[in-house]
Amino acid sequence: MKILVAVKRVVDHNVRIRVRLDGSGVETTGVRMSMNPFCKHAVEAAVQLAESGQAREIVVVSIGPRPANDVILTALAMGAHRGILLETDAPLETLAIAKLLAKLVEEEHPDLVLLGKQAVDDDSNHVGQMLAALTDRPQATFASQIERVGAALEVTREVDYGRETLSLPLPAVVTADLRLNTPRNATLPMVMKARSKPLVVRSAADFGVDLAPRLQIENISPPPERVAGRSVASLAEFAAAIAAEVNEMEAL
Amino acid sequence: MSVLLLADHDRGELAPATARLVAAAGGLGPVDLLVVADDPAPIAAAAATLAGVRKVLAVQGPTTAEALANTLERCAKGYQSVSASASSTGKDVIPRLAAKLDIMPVTDIVAIAGPNRFVRPIYAGNALETLTDPQPLHLLTFRASAFRPVAGGNAAPIESLDFSIASAAKLLAAHRTQTDTPDLATAQIVIGGGVSVGSAEGFQLIEKLGKTLGAAVGATRAAVDAGYAPNDWQIGQTGKIIAPDLYIAIGISGALQHLAGIQGARKIFAINTDPEAPLVKLADLALIGDLFEIVPQLIAELDRLSLASRTG
Ligand SMILES: Cc1cc2nc3c(=O)[nH]c(=O)nc-3n(C[C@H](O)[C@H](O)[C@H](O)COP(=O)(O)OP(=O)(O)OC[C@H]3O[C@@H](n4cnc5c(N)ncnc54)[C@H](O)[C@@H]3O)c2cc1C
Ligand SMILES: Nc1ncnc2c1ncn2[C@@H]1O[C@H](COP(=O)(O)O)[C@@H](O)[C@H]1O
Repeated sequence: MKILVAVKRVVDHNVRIRVRLDGSGVETTGVRMSMNPFCKHAVEAAVQLAESGQAREIVVVSIGPRPANDVILTALAMGAHRGILLETDAPLETLAIAKLLAKLVEEEHPDLVLLGKQAVDDDSNHVGQMLAALTDRPQATFASQIERVGAALEVTREVDYGRETLSLPLPAVVTADLRLNTPRNATLPMVMKARSKPLVVRSAADFGVDLAPRLQIENISPPPERVAGRSVASLAEFAAAIAAEVNEMEAL
Repeated sequence: MSVLLLADHDRGELAPATARLVAAAGGLGPVDLLVVADDPAPIAAAAATLAGVRKVLAVQGPTTAEALANTLERCAKGYQSVSASASSTGKDVIPRLAAKLDIMPVTDIVAIAGPNRFVRPIYAGNALETLTDPQPLHLLTFRASAFRPVAGGNAAPIESLDFSIASAAKLLAAHRTQTDTPDLATAQIVIGGGVSVGSAEGFQLIEKLGKTLGAAVGATRAAVDAGYAPNDWQIGQTGKIIAPDLYIAIGISGALQHLAGIQGARKIFAINTDPEAPLVKLADLALIGDLFEIVPQLIAELDRLSLASRTG
């Protein structure tokens, strides 16, 4: 089985972001960037499938500016075999990302495409589902367990009512949730080794995909701030405040 | 502009959040609800009672993303918007359908700012994006918690549609959490427990407090990862988004990914040993102390208070 994994470079999830005062967006200059956490789980899942002899080759792809090479290197250090950067400086919408990935699927013919369930910058949660549609493959989103059973995959998904298990014939598209696995930290020797693995850079503009945005972003604003509250000294006071809230709800 | 809205359901019952989604979609134009289920009739009957619903379409069929996207596609003709909840189903289906139709979707909408202007949170709710969607068809998901529910009392007509829908993916098994607590996404009061609750037994204490108040129970990712609470209790960026009148956070630090799920709460109360915890700082009211001492006493005190108010 050949696996394609899509990884995105985003503002590190521990960074407290700042919204620019002019409404033009979120400040990203001088901010620590790293691999989107959900993508790490996708890479780990691919590497585990390779380690158990169920996958032969792992190709990792990222779409973005040149420094996105860093997240590809991280994936290579974790155990992926080769990397592709589709370079672009333009911020792309999820539909354009999915179309570029679909072109790559046409070239690479992976049996399985693994993605994160969501990128923690735009919080879209789109690309896996879109890619599945564009390549006419079955999908399993929000995966917390992946098992290969013959020519099919059995994937357990985290859904609003609990969990559900789907059977998907290959080729298929799966998006990773956080409980899928524990991503490994690449050791220094693995990082050194990653530098000698093949990594090609191609221009996103060369794929014949219309990359123009469809939506017009008007402005980005900070959310309304909550007014700071207070601490109470006694349990009785705390309980009375809860009771008062409940009474108010019942009165409405 | 008319809207086709996909209705969520579970165990043969219409999702309680549907009344809020009808309100949201109703902000754009007349709403037709689509029910796809093994046995759609009883769900469609409940859907038809919601105020503002023009008609209900009932389809018998599978509910994998492929099947739902295909069904929606077949029903979409004549509508200017195809919408769903930003639930695990809506998130699964709407982007798939959007790509099939070559439309860029707008998801997790928390406010409608005009006929084709929407507001959605990004960066775990730490920023709000206002955008215009100039496309001829709008593919949308709404966050139910951000909208007030419509009333009942309607008797919209129900139309049964018959077509067979194929899906390569097959549902093998559903694993449901056994619980009798109210629906998290629509509950008026929610109690949340963090990893410091320490065990599944510890969560029974949180549930007991929940029962005392008729509240739903939620958890942090750390508590779910530790196996103390089921995954569908997780509140936050990657869990459920809640908007209760009162949220009581017990032993929760207030990581930004957790805060992403509770920004819509009207009041936030916190119990924590650490006065410097972000959630304590953000709470309307906080009690500093050990949850294992406080929660049993709190249950007793609330029992006493409600008894007093009933007899008094
Ligand atoms: C991509 C990503 C997505 C995530 N999504 C989510 C999400 O959706 N939801 C979510 O919740 N998290 C999410 N997280 C995890 C999040 O970052 C935090 O790790 C998590 O919320 C912490 O949970 P916690 O508050 O239970 O634990 P901790 O942060 O460990 O806090 C424990 C708290 O309990 C207090 N405490 C300890 N003992 C007691 C006691 N005896 N009595 C009272 N208080 C006590 C401590 O003072 C502390 O404040 C996500 C993380 C990532 C990277
Ligand atoms: N620019 C990108 N490059 C590579 N993969 C991406 C990119 N954007 C999104 N993805 C993939 O799609 C997943 C979901 O992203 P999103 O739909 O933007 O929330 C991510 O976790 C990645 O696996």
